Amino acid sequence: MRHHFAVLSRPRIRDATVATYKKAGMVDTSDLARQLVDIMPHAQALGMQLVSIGDGTARIRMPYDKKFVGDPKTGVIHGGAVSALMDTCCGVAVISHSSAPIATATIDLRIDYMRPAKVGQAITTHATCYHMTRSVAFVRATALDADESRPVAAASGAFTVER
Amino acid sequence: MERSKPEPVQVIKQRRDVALKLLIDGVPYIQFLGVRFDRRGDELTSVLPFDEKLIGNPHLPAIHGGATAAFLEVTAIITLSWTFFWQDIESGKIDFDQWDSTAPPDLPKTIDFSVDYLRSGLPRDAYARAKVNRSGRRYASVHVEGWQDQRHRLFAQATGHFLMPGVPERDDC
Repeated sequence: MRHHFAVLSRPRIRDATVATYKKAGMVDTSDLARQLVDIMPHAQALGMQLVSIGDGTARIRMPYDKKFVGDPKTGVIHGGAVSALMDTCCGVAVISHSSAPIATATIDLRIDYMRPAKVGQAITTHATCYHMTRSVAFVRATALDADESRPVAAASGAFTVER
Repeated sequence: MERSKPEPVQVIKQRRDVALKLLIDGVPYIQFLGVRFDRRGDELTSVLPFDEKLIGNPHLPAIHGGATAAFLEVTAIITLSWTFFWQDIESGKIDFDQWDSTAPPDLPKTIDFSVDYLRSGLPRDAYARAKVNRSGRRYASVHVEGWQDQRHRLFAQATGHFLMPGVPERDDC
């Protein structure tokens, strides 16, 4: 079942090794999670850049690109691109959690679009894994443009946890 | 009294195909994902041809959950617009000259979108169909089903709410 969902994972043998090191505090969590954005072709295609990582938190930036426009009249980025950014950021937040999951995948993700992002501005998401069980991670995220006082979108979702 | 002669089939087909093409062609993100739409009468099926850039997990490999969400959202928006404009397309009320690349038709705006991931997206083509469950003057509720090899084995489904075109922009209060 877990394999059916898997979105983010690393080769199995290496995973186990990394997880062991992580538990022993020998590997910086950010080193592992940092690489995830770089090895995901879809995240690369959307130009995503990891900004920061913490214990169960992640911040990822997506610069404005005309290729991702959803409303040609206004030039506003398509909701789908924001969804991909949110999903990636939530997954990385799960992997960065100190309980050392080795893989995760989205079970469900809901996104509220509060306002259109400003044309030409990068969108930055911040995700927090606010509760972790043995097999499920609960995550919330927000998306911001330059006006950080008014979120562009909010997300909440459940993710699988492989240990 | 003599009934008016039905329009030639190619005239009807061309009008529908032109309308659908104009709805889709103006959206850069649909081109980026590579989504196409197949039409049978008024029924639309969207197709997401597999591409390396859609991959989320290169080790499986599996389609990125975000690419799946985007594909379902594109399907919902285009199907909702298509349903919204259908009467006017059929009656010939729509002036396609006003639907060019400089002034494409207004599309519904997503209020919220919730995706349920049922199976891993395999590295092959995906298909989706949307059903407009409710379309009022201001709001619409749309359900989308996505599958790959077998129609009854969904790999993802989603429900979204949309603000219909023609409604004044929401102002933040």
